Amino acid sequence: MTQSVVVQVGQCGNQVGCRFWDLALREHAAVNKKGIYDEALSSFFRNVDTRSGGDGPDIYKGKICSLKARALLIDMEEGVVNEILQGPLRDVFDSKQLITDVSGSGNNWAVGHKLYGCQYRESIVEKLRKAAEHCDCLQCFFIIHSMGGGTGSGLGTFVLSLLEEEFPEVYRFVTSVYPSGEDDVITSPYNSVLAMKELNEHADCVLPIENESLFDIVNKIHQMVNSGKLGSTVKQKSLVTSSAGGAKAVQKPFDAMNNIVANLLLNLTSSARFEGSLNMDLNEISMNLVPFPRLHYLVSSLTPLYTLADVNVPSRRLDQMFSDAFSRDHQLIQADPKHSLYLACALLVRGNVQVSDLRRNIERLKPSLQFVSWNQEGWKTSLCSVPPVGHSHSLLALANNTCVKPTFMELKDRFLKLYRKKAHLHHYLHIEGMEQSCFSEAVASLSDLIEEYNELDATKGGPRTDPSRLKIAV
Amino acid sequence: MSIVTVQLGQCGNQIGHEVFSAVCSDVHGTHGLCSKEENESYHDACKERFFCQEESEVPVARAVLVDMEPKVISQTLSVAARSGCWKYGDRSHFCQKQGSGNNWANGYSVHGPRHKEAIMNLVQKEAEKCDRLGGFFTIMSMAGGTGSGLGAFVTQCLRDAFPTSFILNHVIWPYGTGEVIVQNYNSVLTLSHLYQSSDALLVHENDVIHKICTQLMNIKQISFRDVNQVIAHQLGSVFQPTYTAEGGSHYSRNPLGDLMETLVPHPEFKMLGLRNIPQMPENFLAYSTFSWPGLIKHLRQMLIANAKMEEGIDWQVRPPQPGSSSHPTNKPLHFNTSIANLVILRGKDTHSVDLGSFRDPSLYTSWLNPQDAFNAWRTPRAFNKYEKSAAVVGKAWNMFASKAYVHQYTKFGIEEEDFLDSFTALEQVISSYSIL
Repeated sequence: MTQSVVVQVGQCGNQVGCRFWDLALREHAAVNKKGIYDEALSSFFRNVDTRSGGDGPDIYKGKICSLKARALLIDMEEGVVNEILQGPLRDVFDSKQLITDVSGSGNNWAVGHKLYGCQYRESIVEKLRKAAEHCDCLQCFFIIHSMGGGTGSGLGTFVLSLLEEEFPEVYRFVTSVYPSGEDDVITSPYNSVLAMKELNEHADCVLPIENESLFDIVNKIHQMVNSGKLGSTVKQKSLVTSSAGGAKAVQKPFDAMNNIVANLLLNLTSSARFEGSLNMDLNEISMNLVPFPRLHYLVSSLTPLYTLADVNVPSRRLDQMFSDAFSRDHQLIQADPKHSLYLACALLVRGNVQVSDLRRNIERLKPSLQFVSWNQEGWKTSLCSVPPVGHSHSLLALANNTCVKPTFMELKDRFLKLYRKKAHLHHYLHIEGMEQSCFSEAVASLSDLIEEYNELDATKGGPRTDPSRLKIAV
Repeated sequence: MSIVTVQLGQCGNQIGHEVFSAVCSDVHGTHGLCSKEENESYHDACKERFFCQEESEVPVARAVLVDMEPKVISQTLSVAARSGCWKYGDRSHFCQKQGSGNNWANGYSVHGPRHKEAIMNLVQKEAEKCDRLGGFFTIMSMAGGTGSGLGAFVTQCLRDAFPTSFILNHVIWPYGTGEVIVQNYNSVLTLSHLYQSSDALLVHENDVIHKICTQLMNIKQISFRDVNQVIAHQLGSVFQPTYTAEGGSHYSRNPLGDLMETLVPHPEFKMLGLRNIPQMPENFLAYSTFSWPGLIKHLRQMLIANAKMEEGIDWQVRPPQPGSSSHPTNKPLHFNTSIANLVILRGKDTHSVDLGSFRDPSLYTSWLNPQDAFNAWRTPRAFNKYEKSAAVVGKAWNMFASKAYVHQYTKFGIEEEDFLDSFTALEQVISSYSIL
């Protein structure tokens, strides 16, 4: 069994991360009834005997003493991290796995990346090494951050390039929250484009998320729950946005949206942690969904969003779950994959679903989706037997699809609007190590990426000319 | 003579477990109408072939389990031990932690050399436990990373270490609509490498078995377990003890050798297909009767018309008449030319099969005590694999032409030339078959 380490950077990263750990504990508590520290738990948690002052060696078998998350919390201002450490999850985090500063990054990528990066480099490397040493077989780093701010975006991408340097064999999965059009941070286009260059070069897989989509999903659920239809009661625990059953008592404003992202990460790793008839490990995600090294942006969607408490659920619901995964309003970014070109698609199913159901739905949905000419049957599937909390089955769809292109194009437009006028540029340029060329390189990198997606789109719908095969002389 | 089974990857281990279960339950099932000595000698032959009887009463399967991640192996071992009828050896498994990531190159170039010694040691130990080693039977899938990549490497090592033993590779052809996106690459690379080191390749296709499950077995929600049980049944019907044409009074002592001898006359043609009749769910047994002529007739048509089950056979297809001109209704293209065929009959001889003797817990009926001989027909052998291979090679070539995913393989040491070599080898095989 392999282990993963989560690195949460910045306010957004830490808030999402906090939700992630809460829901992870809830999930394992539901599955692991006997309180034995098993391999599934070890993928995200260490088992330590805290009576010896917290520095005791890890306990690998036997009953759970005290679980510590395999995490590194980084923030350049103290508010968010302090809140976590005073909340109900304080015992889950090792106090030595924190890096904080006082004044924050001022929504400035250069401050996060260049200034704090240099300053805290040693400390970050040392703590990463420590976390890696506690792992028997480290497979993956998960980085959670936002693209629009200063710390998450700047220092987060600095950590990403550090990870590539120090641990080249370990996969780097990045969950990035992209700013929407009406973002309240004015310099967010600059921060995002500068960060995109780093993601292009150093990440193995990126899962972009947009707040707008999360917000829409939360609203939809809210309407569903409060519409008060007779006979349809929703199981509270099953809401993809709920923290019910977790450690937190009071839900704060962004919690519902962050829970969605936390559920995404849990479902992503479920097949690697739990058993199933067709397992899928994390390295298989990268292997199957990334045909070309730079095109590693995966659009994700989670279904179902809630489960009715009514027990007589017909199997029509199962098929509905598959259809929903491809609909526009279930995607976690503002994109419509159905009308764009698929390079590859992965379906991670959890719960009581068999291979025949999977086959049937793939056959049913295939005609309405457009796949690239050299990968017409490009489906990766996995079946995990353990369903998530509150559901009997669930589906996570990951698609490598050209529908991310509009998101990137808008980002580039917003960047250029500011850049042409050189607005706010001086805040960046007076940081040591930052030059105008950083900006032009970053936007060039983004343009190249968009161009690659364009080329693929151009093949969509055209006549299929298969290259001729090798001929054998008889 | 004993067969050592090597189970590779998730698919290999899951199927291997079903095979041993099926064999064991067949041996323990009650078989009404044959004599007691007959039963006993059947038991003994079967036990010797697949299991090793140690001091404890539970027979130990002659198998080596290999996987690059631990979940499947631990599950397989525990389920087998819980059955109480048989179990795996405590130390006959090898697993790592990280898996191969569906990457053939990872399985072949990285995991293979790294773990070669450990795996071959396990195989050697199993081989030494046999009084007479009949050969190796490897089970793997072609779509993934461990079964396909590491499987190809292990087959090569087996060939190097045991140059005179028979090696039969059982490969699972993935669903056409995909379980793994790079399955076409993995399949092409596996087939081309296996062709060099193995004696014969026995292929089962997931699509076909799935259809058998839906149409013949009446299973509504098919799980991989159901699919694996069908495959196990079919394999068992081939490998359970039978009399050969020569030795009429005792069981064949050389199952793999005999198989190779009858079915692989030429080293260029190594692909084998398997057809089983009849197949039905257990609760239908009480309402069915069979007659040998009916069964044989169906089986023959299945063979000729390239059908894999007894429903939906195209009865129009006939073997070409000598000297006839090509008739539009004759459809000569769909006729399967065979290189060699082997028919294995089990059960009562001339009259309808007695229903009381079907006590087969694993759903099918062809496994009865062999009262009857095992006939070998020598007709040109099935080449239906050709259509499928062409399809897979075609798809893989498209993907390769756009260089998709190639960087994932070069990361682990498989270069583009290796891909080209594999494509060339397979095209050669396909053209040899199509000339038949």
